[in-house]
Amino acid sequence: MAGQHTITIKAGGSEKDYWKDLWLNRQLLWILSKRDISVRYKQTLLGVAWSVLRPLATMIVMVFVFSYLAKIKSDPGIPYPLMVLSGLTIWTFFSNTFTQISNSILINSNLVSKVYFPRLLMPLSSIAVGFVDFLITFGIFLLLTLFFKHPISWHIVFLPCFILLTFITSLGFGLFFAVLNVRFRDIGQLIPFLVQVGMYACPVAYSSTLAQGTWFEKYYNLNPLVGIIDGFRWCLLGDQAYFNPQSLYSTAVLSIIILILSLIYFRRKENTFVDHI
Amino acid sequence: MPVIVAENISKKYIIDHQRKTGSPSLRDIVTDTLDKWFSGKRDDSGFAEKEEFWALRDVNFSIDQGDRIGIVGHNGAGKSTLLKILSRITEPTTGQIKINGRIASLLEVGTGFHPELTGRENIFLNGAILGMSKSEIRQSFDAIVDFAGVEKFLDTPVKRYSSGMYVRLGFAIAAHLNPEILIVDEVLAVGDTEFQKKCLGKMRDVSESGRTLLFVSHNLTAIQALCNKSFYFEKGRLIDQGETTHIITNYLSKVSHKMLEKHWDNIESAPGNDQVRIKSFRLIPEYQDDLHHIDVRTPVSFEFEFWNLIEEANLNLSMHLYTFTGECIFNVGTQSESFAKGLVSGKCELPGNFLNDGSYVVSMMIVKDTSTVLYNMEEALVFDIEDYRENVTWYGKWPGYIRPQLNFSIRQIEHAVND
Repeated sequence: MAGQHTITIKAGGSEKDYWKDLWLNRQLLWILSKRDISVRYKQTLLGVAWSVLRPLATMIVMVFVFSYLAKIKSDPGIPYPLMVLSGLTIWTFFSNTFTQISNSILINSNLVSKVYFPRLLMPLSSIAVGFVDFLITFGIFLLLTLFFKHPISWHIVFLPCFILLTFITSLGFGLFFAVLNVRFRDIGQLIPFLVQVGMYACPVAYSSTLAQGTWFEKYYNLNPLVGIIDGFRWCLLGDQAYFNPQSLYSTAVLSIIILILSLIYFRRKENTFVDHI
Repeated sequence: MPVIVAENISKKYIIDHQRKTGSPSLRDIVTDTLDKWFSGKRDDSGFAEKEEFWALRDVNFSIDQGDRIGIVGHNGAGKSTLLKILSRITEPTTGQIKINGRIASLLEVGTGFHPELTGRENIFLNGAILGMSKSEIRQSFDAIVDFAGVEKFLDTPVKRYSSGMYVRLGFAIAAHLNPEILIVDEVLAVGDTEFQKKCLGKMRDVSESGRTLLFVSHNLTAIQALCNKSFYFEKGRLIDQGETTHIITNYLSKVSHKMLEKHWDNIESAPGNDQVRIKSFRLIPEYQDDLHHIDVRTPVSFEFEFWNLIEEANLNLSMHLYTFTGECIFNVGTQSESFAKGLVSGKCELPGNFLNDGSYVVSMMIVKDTSTVLYNMEEALVFDIEDYRENVTWYGKWPGYIRPQLNFSIRQIEHAVND
C-alpha cells in the first residue's frame, strides 16, 4: 500500500519522475483532446462545415488577390490554387496549434487552480483540434488535385516527417508563449498579430523562388517555417515545387533547439502558474 | 507510520499595491523599468509598491496513516494555501513535504466539467482529471450515476443541469475515488442539505476505512464529528495542533471576542455629529456553557448609549441585523420619546434559540421625530453564533436564517393491529 507511491514536494522540485508521470497520465491527454474536439464541433451551427469553408474561402481570396490582381506566378507547372492551398494547409496547422498552445494554460485555468497533473498535458492536448482541422483541409486539398488533374507525387511518403517538424516547431514557440501569456496578459493580443505577420513572412501565397538572390534571402531562410512549407509542397506536388533540402537542416536543428529551451522554461515555471492566474 | 511529513513549509506571495488584481501586463513591466532608468535610481525604489506576503510561515507537521485531520482558522490563515501545496497545485517557497501514498484532493466539486459535454462525457473527463483510470471509471460508472441520480439526463449537456444535479454528479464522481490520502476543502459550503448529508456520510466512510483524511471547513461541528486531530492556523502559522476538542475550544475562545464592543470616553472624538454622539455599543451574551462562546442557544442583549446634544428631541432607536453576506434579517425600533440633553441608553434583548449559526452584523440608527435619521452607525458590531446540536446525528449546515424552537411534536395515533 503506502510506500509504493512516494512524492516529495519542494521549491523548484521538478521531480525526476516528471516524464513517467506524464506517461501515466496519457489517458487524461487523450480525454482532454477528445473534449476539445467534441466541444469545438458541438457549439457551432455549421459544425465540421466551418473547417471546410474557412480554408476554401481563404484560398479563393488569395487566388483572387495574389494571382489575379497582383499577378504573382506559381512555380512552373503547378496550378496556383494548388500551391496556395498546400501552403495554407500546413501554415494553418502551424498557426492554429501555435495559437492553441499559447492559450492552453489560460483557457484551462480552472483546472490549473484546482487539480494537479503534469501541466504539459494542456499544451499537448490542445494540438488535437488543430490536427483534425489539418486532416480536413488536407482532404480538400486532395479533392482539388483531382479537380486540377494534378498527380500526387511519390514524395508523399516523406509527409509525416514534415508534419512532425511542424508539430515540434509549433510546440517550441507555443510553450514559450504559453508561459509568457500566464505572466503577462497582453501577450494574448500579440499572438494573432504574430500569426498574421507570419503568414506573409512564409511562402504561403507565393513561392520561395521570389526570395532567391535578394539581400534578405539568408534571413528569410532562418525562418523554420520556410523549409517546412516548401518541403510540404514538395512532398505533395513533386519536383516542380521549389524546395531547397539544405534549408531543412537548419529548420530541424533550430526547431529542436527552440523546443528544448521552451521545455526547460516551461518546466521551471509550471509549478507556480496558479500564483499568477 | 507517518504518511505526510512537512518540514519548514513557507509560501510567499508578492502583493502589488498598484495593481490589485491579475498579473502585470508586459506594459507595466516596461514602464516600471523605464521609470526606474529615467529617474536615475538603480535601487528597488521603483518597486516599492510591492509587498511580500507570507501565506504560510515555517509550518511543520507529521500525519500518521489513518489520522483524520481537521484544519481550522480564519479566512486568510493559510488553510487553502496548505491544501494547494499538498495537492501539488502550487509549490512552497521553502521547505519540503514527503508524501507516502496515493493522494487525491477535492478542492471543488465537478472540477473541469465542460458545460457543452453530456453527463456521460463529463464523468469520464472529471474522473480522468481527478486521477482515475478509464477502467476504474468504467467499473464505478453505474454506481456514480446511481449515487448522483442522473440516469435520465446522462446524454444531456450539463449546461442544462440544475445546479443541484451538477453538484451531485460532481460529488458522485469524487466519492468513487479510492485514494489512500483524501484532501477535502470546504465542499460542504455548496449544494443542498441532501447533498451535504451524502458528502459527510461518504467522508465518514473514508475515515472509518483507515485512510487518511485532511478536511478544511468552517463547520466546526462537522470537524468535531469526523476528525480525531486538528490543526489551528493563524496568519500563516500553525499555532496549535492536537486533539480536535482541545483545538476547537482554543479556536473558539480566540474568535468570540472580536467586535462585540465599542466605546468612546471622550465626547469630542466619539463618532456622531453636533446633534448626537455615540458613547458605547456592546453585545452581552448569557453564556450557556463554560466554553464561553456564543452558540445558537445563547441569549444576547445589545446595549447602546449616546449623548443627546439637542434640547427636547423626540428620539427613537432603530436596529438592523444583517447576515455576514448582507441580507437583512430584521429591523426593530423603540418607541419615540422626548429626551432632554444628556446621556441616553437603549437595550435590545435577543432570545436564545432564535438565530441560526453564522456571522452577523448589527447597525444602529438614531431617529428624530420617527422620520429623520440623525446618525446611522453602520456595521457597528460583528458577532458569530456557533452551531450547537443535541441528539442529532446529522452534521450538515442547518438551513435557514433563523433557528427557532417551536412547539412541534410527533406522536403515534394508532398501533397497527397484528393479525
